[in-house]
Amino acid sequence: MRPFRLLSLVIALALPLAVSAQQVTVSAAASLTDAFKELAPKFEASKPGATLRFNFAASGALLQQISQGAPVDVFASADQETMDRAVQQKLIDTDSRRNFVTNSLVLIEPAQGGAGVKTLQDLTGTAVKRIAVGKTATVPVGRYTKQVLDGARLWEPLEPKFVQADSVRQVLDYVSRGEAEAGFVYRTDAAIAGDKVRIVLTPSGHTPVSYPVATVADSKQKALGQDFIAFLNSDAAQQVLARYGFGKP
Amino acid sequence: MDWFPLVLSLKVAALATVLALIAGVALGWIFARKRFPGSSVLEAACMLPLVLPPTVIGYAILVAAGRRSPLGAWLREHLDYTIIFSWHGAVVASAVVALPLVLKSASAAFANVDRSLEAAASTLRQSPLSVFLRVTLPLAWPGILAGTLLAFARAMGEFGASLMVAGSIPKQTQTLSMAIYDAVQAGHDDMALLLVSITSLLSITVLVLSNRFFSLR
Repeated sequence: MRPFRLLSLVIALALPLAVSAQQVTVSAAASLTDAFKELAPKFEASKPGATLRFNFAASGALLQQISQGAPVDVFASADQETMDRAVQQKLIDTDSRRNFVTNSLVLIEPAQGGAGVKTLQDLTGTAVKRIAVGKTATVPVGRYTKQVLDGARLWEPLEPKFVQADSVRQVLDYVSRGEAEAGFVYRTDAAIAGDKVRIVLTPSGHTPVSYPVATVADSKQKALGQDFIAFLNSDAAQQVLARYGFGKP
Repeated sequence: MDWFPLVLSLKVAALATVLALIAGVALGWIFARKRFPGSSVLEAACMLPLVLPPTVIGYAILVAAGRRSPLGAWLREHLDYTIIFSWHGAVVASAVVALPLVLKSASAAFANVDRSLEAAASTLRQSPLSVFLRVTLPLAWPGILAGTLLAFARAMGEFGASLMVAGSIPKQTQTLSMAIYDAVQAGHDDMALLLVSITSLLSITVLVLSNRFFSLR
């Protein structure tokens, strides 16, 4: 009898989780972590009964989860390419797709004990042993980085120094800990790290960093998902995003 | 097919197992035979890697040996060496995670050795070291070997702590488990399935061997 009593207690405790009514799950690029967390209470206040649930990771990893049937309602990617792949695989509602922020790529080094990198060419020097970059297969910032370094004919010579990170935030972590002498992140991430990292330069030669968002085709909360997308383009949300350094779409 | 991750995993697991074996046998013997103030707390601390999340182990190694740590700074300054982002880091991480498995088996094996046999050897004018090498160790050996094989299997499967310390650098620090993670994330399901099959087959072989030795006791 005892085990059953325990089991029913567990079930009783789990029930409230199961019946939580209007939950919207948003899979968002890692670089959006801090801004979205701040936006959540504002959105929830405007839609009583609705709760936002976030899943932050590299855009490519999020796409992969969605393609394998993860219960996601809204997908926000850090590049157009990942969203284009989602369109090709018919995973999102193309009509709902909107661009909501822009960002820029920066080269950073640790604020203390850095190698004193000033130009892209300096990365080839012996003082730079490790360069943190996003994995090109799944992390958008890695692909922007590759475009820049390919343009400067530096990708192949620098390749032995690369430490491939699972998301832009891991690149940031490697550099702010001083384990890598340089890394490529977004301006907004460099701002989050505060005085731990220093922006060396803002390279050009990559496609503009523009973030699209869309509702997921299999979503059961499409109306609320649409509301969230509309909210992202509202003045209130754009103000918060701008404070984190994101540009207007 | 790129065999590098498999070869690296075998190399890392083998070296980690050697480290865990040496430390595990020494500590196992101490905990089985010596009681001193704080010994049970120390034993529990040595078993921690078995229950702690690998991320905690990884973080602990980063804090202890990372560039900002005294040890990491000294190594970098004097030897131009860093354990971070090198496969040596994966060895250390795997050894720490595998240690409890050797330690527990060794300590149980030592506790099961009949003390009167050791006493008899002592009366035959054998030195304590000779008693250990010629009586205690041979009697405890099957248990230790079984634990060592478990440790090897665990080290082969190490992922979290190694990823944090060594990173996932193709052709340098990318082990089998990291290659699987990458393949899944990038949607290369065929590659993932192949790597999963290889690692499962290897682990089953090692576990079957380990069970043989456990039943030998």
